[in-house]
Amino acid sequence: MAHAEAHAAQHVAQAEHQQHPIKLYLLVWGLLFVLSAFSYLVDYFGLQGYLRWSLILIFMMLKAGLIVAVFMHMAWERLALTYAILLPPLLVLVFVALMVSESNYILFTRLAFFGTGP
Amino acid sequence: MSAPIKTPAAETLPHRAGLAGLASDWASDQRTFKNVSWGKAMMWIFLLSDTFVFGCFLLAYMAARMSTIVPWPNPSEVFALEIAGTHMPLILIAIMTFVLISSSGTMAMAVNCGYRRDRRKTAILMLVTALFGATFVGMQAFEWSKLIAEGVRPWGNPWGAAQFGSSFFMITGFHGTHVTFGVIFLLIVARKIWRGDFDTERRGFFTSRKGRYEIVEITGLYWHFVDLVWVFIFAFFYLW
Repeated sequence: MAHAEAHAAQHVAQAEHQQHPIKLYLLVWGLLFVLSAFSYLVDYFGLQGYLRWSLILIFMMLKAGLIVAVFMHMAWERLALTYAILLPPLLVLVFVALMVSESNYILFTRLAFFGTGP
Repeated sequence: MSAPIKTPAAETLPHRAGLAGLASDWASDQRTFKNVSWGKAMMWIFLLSDTFVFGCFLLAYMAARMSTIVPWPNPSEVFALEIAGTHMPLILIAIMTFVLISSSGTMAMAVNCGYRRDRRKTAILMLVTALFGATFVGMQAFEWSKLIAEGVRPWGNPWGAAQFGSSFFMITGFHGTHVTFGVIFLLIVARKIWRGDFDTERRGFFTSRKGRYEIVEITGLYWHFVDLVWVFIFAFFYLW
């Protein structure tokens, strides 16, 4: 029992200290700077079409991942918390699909009834 | 917050790795977020709800932009600035992005110093973070006044689809409000740390509870979230 309590205490102590080396934070900070610079360059060089959109999305996801995983310490949390927080926003993608379909329909009706289309 | 309630029965269960651990944490008749204090868990849940708020804003913007028959104004040109005679597309937004990322960096280091109970360094780093945040809000105020002077309104603008203005003011306005509240939050916590509240176990003015250095991490979660939202706004509104 004493052993178990010691184990529990250790567990709690470990839990309360999300402490990671400053070097890691500086590395992530640098990476975020570089990725932001890349996203800016996408616009600066005026890339268009699928290349532009995929690059923007890749840099966005990498930046978001770094912030959540390292700065917000999600990489070191138990899966119970990670999944509780990260899975629900994924369901927004369903909403996105619904609204894409809805927008296309609205665009179609506007073109059909206001006749301002090409 | 007072010390977490110890539940020995819960804590003695060995933690299994991977999905088995996830299942046992959720399935067991005990608190789910075992090694996370309530303060932190509640901040995460608040941030989850805020994710949906901003998600809906970005969705509304997407729907407006996809369904309009009028061309969308080119953000690259709308947010361009003339600096020393050079035409720089989107430069103000790029600088704002770097300012906000820097504030996230100093915040992460403040969390580290807080857990080392380095009172002085933590308070200074949090003040630097607040300063970066205030700079960001200042630049946003500049951007708003510039656009308003050029004739952008929630119901129209000189360059194209009327929905541009409403999306812009709503999304950046809500984000700016979040940054502003973050700065206030940072200043309050920095003051407590500077005064040594968490070393002397001084009771809080509002809750009458003793605080802990963990509040730095919780404040940090909020602050990083504000930066996270900006990543998405930058990609979808300014670059798309």
